[in-house]
Amino acid sequence: MTPPIDHTVINLTVFVLAVFVGYHVVWNVTPALHTPLMSVTNAISSVIIVGAILASGSGGSGIGAILGAVAVGLAAVNTFGGFLVSQRMLEMFKKREPKK
Amino acid sequence: MTANQVALAYLVASVLFILSLRGLSHPLTARRGNVFGMSGMALAVLATFAVTRRLDLALGALAVGAVVGVIVSRRVQMTQMPELVAAMHSLVGLAAVLIACAVVDDPAAFGVESPIPVGNRLELFVGTFIGAITFSGSVIAFGKLAGLGKYSRLFSSAPVVFAGQHAVNLTLASVMVGSGLLFMTSAPEAQWLPFGVMTAIAFILGILTIIPIGGADMPVVISMLNSYSGWAAAGIGFSLNNSMLIIAGSLVGSSGAILSYIMCRAMNRSFVSVILGGFGGAEGTVAAGHAQKAVKAGSAEDVAFLLGNADSVIIVPGYGLAVGRAQHATKELTDKLIAKGVTVRYAIHPVAGRMPGHMNVLLAEADVPYDQVFEMEDINGDFGSTDIAFVLGANDVVNPLAEQAGSPIYGMPILEAHKARTVVVNKRSMAAGYAGVDNPLFYMDKTMMVFGDAKKVIEDIVKAIA
Repeated sequence: MTPPIDHTVINLTVFVLAVFVGYHVVWNVTPALHTPLMSVTNAISSVIIVGAILASGSGGSGIGAILGAVAVGLAAVNTFGGFLVSQRMLEMFKKREPKK
Repeated sequence: MTANQVALAYLVASVLFILSLRGLSHPLTARRGNVFGMSGMALAVLATFAVTRRLDLALGALAVGAVVGVIVSRRVQMTQMPELVAAMHSLVGLAAVLIACAVVDDPAAFGVESPIPVGNRLELFVGTFIGAITFSGSVIAFGKLAGLGKYSRLFSSAPVVFAGQHAVNLTLASVMVGSGLLFMTSAPEAQWLPFGVMTAIAFILGILTIIPIGGADMPVVISMLNSYSGWAAAGIGFSLNNSMLIIAGSLVGSSGAILSYIMCRAMNRSFVSVILGGFGGAEGTVAAGHAQKAVKAGSAEDVAFLLGNADSVIIVPGYGLAVGRAQHATKELTDKLIAKGVTVRYAIHPVAGRMPGHMNVLLAEADVPYDQVFEMEDINGDFGSTDIAFVLGANDVVNPLAEQAGSPIYGMPILEAHKARTVVVNKRSMAAGYAGVDNPLFYMDKTMMVFGDAKKVIEDIVKAIA
């Protein structure tokens, strides 16, 4: 029997495919929305909060849990702030109102 | 939830993140895209809660972060978006470093073998140093964008350069990589010293690499840090063997990289030359050759007369509009002109302002419909048949020298405002633009300069239009 595939190889596969998807999706973003793109991607990068939650709730050593909790707090600012400010910006992009 | 169910929830969340960026291809679908992003995030967080043993700490911290995030998102001014984004990048960077420390401290809690395998250590090393550079670099970028230069030279919007800067950075980077390699091979008891040294140097490098980059190169810097924050998240995903983190991080990483590329292309500069910094530092070299040349200065009333009698006007907004917070006054002027039957459009250069798309957001905030706002390639051909190009606080992006071989900005794509029948330029003073190059546009016979703060000048014009 061959040994199971290493995690790193699976991770690398996912990574390379995701970069390709990102490349193609982002080139389609209209330049007018580049600022919202930055705030949305910033909010998405706060998905790192998942790692922080695991750290804070692992029940392991005290230090790791506290570091995790701080990281949860930092990332949560981005999660909420990032998506809400994007929503606020995107609400502003309106078409010309039809003349009455 | 079983581990498999959580992994499937993460898969759905990843797809939602992709759809969220997909939505941004058009203003009409963008809000729905943002909702996809929020749903993905909510799903990811809830699924993680379902498999976490202890929730009190996480829920408490989440609540605090949420309150701060909500308040910030409501209070921030649209002119402050660059600072806000820089600040948020720094938070992701710092969170990545903290998580990496927690993993090194107790790998078993994350399902990582103990002692940590070499492969995971490499991933931790990379994720940590990118996170640390993102954090300290973004803090510097935030300071520069928020105008904190008066408190510390580190935040000066002029480039901060010193002798041997690149040698120092290179040495530090080598020591950092060395410590990282040591961390990869060290025994668990001895791993903290190299890990700590590596992280500390990364923090310093973040500061040193951003201070030499000047204010108007900020669109590149902020895109680059956006990219780093994504790679940091992906790095943590590698360490934790979490596909969703890898996917989300890669999306963000490639997005930031593409934006950096677009910004560099719009300045006709290489990424490397922007990163090495020092550009635009020589403010003393202003316009020696043109110093005696006269410009034609006009009053707000003169401009009002010109605009009121034109058939077509193209407004070219720049950083001056953001600094003067003149977007609402500009919209008022536009409305008044349109009511008089004048065709008014806006022309946006990709690097106008301090971040990609900065002008578009300011105009949208002032309720300017997005179909009046045009990208450079779409409107450049129309300047020749336009009565008035009204340049509002922009400079280098309309400098015709860019078409002349030998000039420092040669090759930079510009908005061809000089082709309009009449050019009106609003500036605070005759100082040269960021590139330190004089702008012949200001001395043309058909150009009228109107000096003063953008908002004040435009309000005066609005008043003067009958």
